[in-house]
Amino acid sequence: MSVANTEILQNLAYLLASILFILGLKGLTHPRTAVRGMQMGAAGMFVAVLATLLGAEILAWWWIFAGLAIGSAIGIAMAFLIPMTDVPQMVGLFNGFGGAASFLVAGSELTMGIARMSTVTGVEGAESAMPAVAVSLQALVAIGFSGAVGSATLFGSLLAAGKLHEISFKIGGKKYWLSNPVYLPGRHAITGIFVAGCVAVFAMVLRDPNTAAWYWILVCLAGVLGILVTIPIGGADMPVMIAYLNALSGAAACGTGFVINNNVLIIAGALVGASGFILTNIMCKAMNRSLANVMFATMGEAGTGGPTQDEVYAGKVKSTSAEEVAMLFDGARRVVIVPGYGMAVSQAQHAVRDLANLLESRGTEVEFAIHPVAGRMPGHMNVLLAEADVPYDKLKEMDEINPTLETVDVALVIGANDVVNPVARTDPSSPIAGMPIINVDKCRTVVVIKRSLSPGFAGIPNPLFAADNTLMLFNDGKKAFLELVSAVKES
Amino acid sequence: MDSLLLMAQSGQSSGSTLVMLITVFLLAAFVGFEIITKVPPTLHTPLMSGSNAISGITIVGALIAAGAGEGALSTVLGFIAVVLATVNVVGGFLVSHRMLDMFRKKD
Repeated sequence: MSVANTEILQNLAYLLASILFILGLKGLTHPRTAVRGMQMGAAGMFVAVLATLLGAEILAWWWIFAGLAIGSAIGIAMAFLIPMTDVPQMVGLFNGFGGAASFLVAGSELTMGIARMSTVTGVEGAESAMPAVAVSLQALVAIGFSGAVGSATLFGSLLAAGKLHEISFKIGGKKYWLSNPVYLPGRHAITGIFVAGCVAVFAMVLRDPNTAAWYWILVCLAGVLGILVTIPIGGADMPVMIAYLNALSGAAACGTGFVINNNVLIIAGALVGASGFILTNIMCKAMNRSLANVMFATMGEAGTGGPTQDEVYAGKVKSTSAEEVAMLFDGARRVVIVPGYGMAVSQAQHAVRDLANLLESRGTEVEFAIHPVAGRMPGHMNVLLAEADVPYDKLKEMDEINPTLETVDVALVIGANDVVNPVARTDPSSPIAGMPIINVDKCRTVVVIKRSLSPGFAGIPNPLFAADNTLMLFNDGKKAFLELVSAVKES
Repeated sequence: MDSLLLMAQSGQSSGSTLVMLITVFLLAAFVGFEIITKVPPTLHTPLMSGSNAISGITIVGALIAAGAGEGALSTVLGFIAVVLATVNVVGGFLVSHRMLDMFRKKD
């Protein structure tokens, strides 16, 4: 009877945790309520953990306390020691850890099931007439699912985090960057073989549940599959991949919920899965590409048919100086800054803010135009600018600011390329055709801050750089803004 | 208790339990879609890291697996799962909080 009561109390606690998760995510619908929302989410997690510890039959307390202590120490250290600019790869890593935990739990449950079965048959002394199945079919399907998805999440996320961290290595004197997309020869065939392998081994997990080896083979194959899917992703496609891996970690947690028949895992997993899939969808739409296209098409190589750099740029690119741009600001009433990944690379966000504040103090209206896929993760630019104390109401979405760009006197593009390339509107054969862009070419004057004329991730030249109303300020992003600030102060 | 656990694991997850779990899953997915489509792009990164922290809910499964004390292998697997899930949860919530704090300062 007391067992039943404990179980009811535990399930009520799990219900409370689920409600807290939902309210927590609801808090994220506005910057004002967001902090409280996340605190509710954390409280929900605390309730869930407490209910588990008090309600479950726990024998190995030491293991649990050691695990919680070690995990908390690592989590706290990572969260506070890592600079804000490294947040994308850190989120990637945490994501992978969640996936790993899911397949480890599924593996542990399977091992326990098999062990229990052998004790039962051992006691009875003989094989029973019933087929010796240690774990129910539902649990087996769920174990296979969270094993495969969790492992793919772990290895995909590890590789994605490495790409985001710009890890490089040397083979035979030649330097390779992990972040470069790698197109293996016959990669679709290889991926296909591994998918087929996963399906086959999944079937074996169901057919022969007493052999745990099948499960671990499935985990290995799915891990390779996670790497295969991530390896051709690079640059501008990273936000899609990160959002997708986020969705997978939710799916894995959900699967684990079906393994141990637990509602709170299923609810939380479904919420995270929904969030990841919505973000994936938003990112894909912002590039006018499908998820399949992002994962399986070859970006960069497709752009060979278009005009070459020389055809687009020759004799038409005008270079400028900080002093000249400062003079442009003198007559400007409205300035829009368009940040891209280059701002993150050069850590220019504080210098950008200084210039924006300076111009505002002189009566110029300054806004920021944020493309949904600018940067390496969803919302990347917003976080960087928030770190630099730029008020969030200055950050305008692409759809909001595009209709008003004709009235902008100066557009400052820093480290963005493909997201402001007018070819997306004009050339239907371009690899970025139809991608929604920020139409800075419609502003009166465009100043592009960039180190060189090198192409963006799509590998195509940008006619914006050669347009009549465009001036190129060739410099590192941060240095350029520092020089602009002093030039404006002097003028 | 052992036999109870065994029953829950093998025989008792009958069709009706499964249907109940699927019901919960689908309703939660709908709620998730409704809420998350309303999150503004400004908060997409905190949404990702926050939902990422919530996906560390696997910690519940990990605690059960590590604490059951059934055999060395399943305990060790559960233990590693507890460590990783805790990193996910603690790190995820703290990073989200750090980020959201930056958004709040300007209020």
